[in-house]
Amino acid sequence: MSLVKTINLNSMFNYDSQSLKLFTKEIVNKIKELVGDKEYVIMEFCGTHTHEISRYALRSILPKNLELRSGPGCPVCVTSEEDIDYIINLVLENDLGVITFGDIINVPGSVASLSYLRAMGKDVKVVYNPMESIKIAESNPNKNYVLVGIGFETTVPMLAHTLINIKQKRLKNLFYLSLHKLTPPATMVLLDSNEVKLDGIIGPGHVSTIIGSKAWEDIAYKYRIPFVIMGFEPQDMLFGIYVLLEKIINKEYGVWNTYLRSVRYEGNKKALELIFKVFRISSANWRGLGVIPNSGLELNNEFKEYDAKLRFPLTKEIKVKKTACRCGDVLRGVIKPYECPLFAKACKPSSPKGPCMVSSEGSCAAYYLYEMN
Amino acid sequence: MCLGVPLKIIKIIDQNNAVAELGYGNTLNINISLTPEAKEGDYVMVHAGFSISILNTQDAIDLLQVIQELKNDNMKFHQTN
Repeated sequence: MSLVKTINLNSMFNYDSQSLKLFTKEIVNKIKELVGDKEYVIMEFCGTHTHEISRYALRSILPKNLELRSGPGCPVCVTSEEDIDYIINLVLENDLGVITFGDIINVPGSVASLSYLRAMGKDVKVVYNPMESIKIAESNPNKNYVLVGIGFETTVPMLAHTLINIKQKRLKNLFYLSLHKLTPPATMVLLDSNEVKLDGIIGPGHVSTIIGSKAWEDIAYKYRIPFVIMGFEPQDMLFGIYVLLEKIINKEYGVWNTYLRSVRYEGNKKALELIFKVFRISSANWRGLGVIPNSGLELNNEFKEYDAKLRFPLTKEIKVKKTACRCGDVLRGVIKPYECPLFAKACKPSSPKGPCMVSSEGSCAAYYLYEMN
Repeated sequence: MCLGVPLKIIKIIDQNNAVAELGYGNTLNINISLTPEAKEGDYVMVHAGFSISILNTQDAIDLLQVIQELKNDNMKFHQTN
């Protein structure tokens, strides 16, 4: 694997806006030279990249024949309809509180969303740091709580740390629903499907901080595709796209890490150890991609007593209602958000029909907020 | 969710906890158990209240040098070691 030197772009280094403008101008010129009049399609896997690309209007300064397609890297977006309905039914059937973080509460299931249930008086709480769930459970010892664990590899270590604390404190009223998913297997399913012809992939920066740039090598070599791991500052992204284009044009494949500031080859060993102290690999149900073996995490035997699905099994089968939402197709890069018939009409951030419009990392939300013109 | 914020550690409390500087005199308590080698003065990438990496600029190249290399069509900054 080749290392790439990273540009010293961290915001703490206070580059003046003049230098940043100059850099942007030069690198965009180089990108335009490289692209020429050919067409290229690259996919940014990570939802935060999707969001930042839109927020910094990169598509408007990059050549139009270089297409940036969004991938399934949004944990809320890829939560299946069945799992959303499970959580809703969990709250409706049992007198318990749900604790989660982020936008999952606004995702509509077949019947309602969690935020709707909260408006109806159900106990649904959103936290920033999962450790807050412990305080909530401790201050209400007579009530059961389920902590909904959503997130990719970046977030799992924090939840593992929380679960270890839950166990140490011998809490009896806090349970866990693991909806965690692993990104490399989903990437492989996408590449296997061949639905979208991809010339290169922009790899997730903070997932890779945990799993290491080495985690992508097998995929890059198996599918003969160049992979560039990228940071999130606009200059990081332009630099990453430039390097990726260069590799595509030179017909090179492999993994190049342009986010050396944060990403190491082996990743964060402490974080990985922590993950596997608590979890083990399982299959997972991805919205848009279906059930993928070895792509999820479930509690291992040491922590099974906290498994919400075991403690609160559903009494009835969940029948998912089919809707016109095309989030699944957006997640696979098959359609752009604006190609969904509901986009900006029935489906807006104020009245989302699916998770891609709800989540701050969803492609539809990013397009709605930043790309409507 | 890849959202992360680079923050500077201004005080180590113990092996799990530190105080990070938010700017304008504000601070944030963060969990540093995933980056046990973090020291005071280090910048770390913080996600969901935890540091996930110590930001390393040893291999970084000065932006101005990059601009020069781009202008002169003499790009070395992306060569492998």
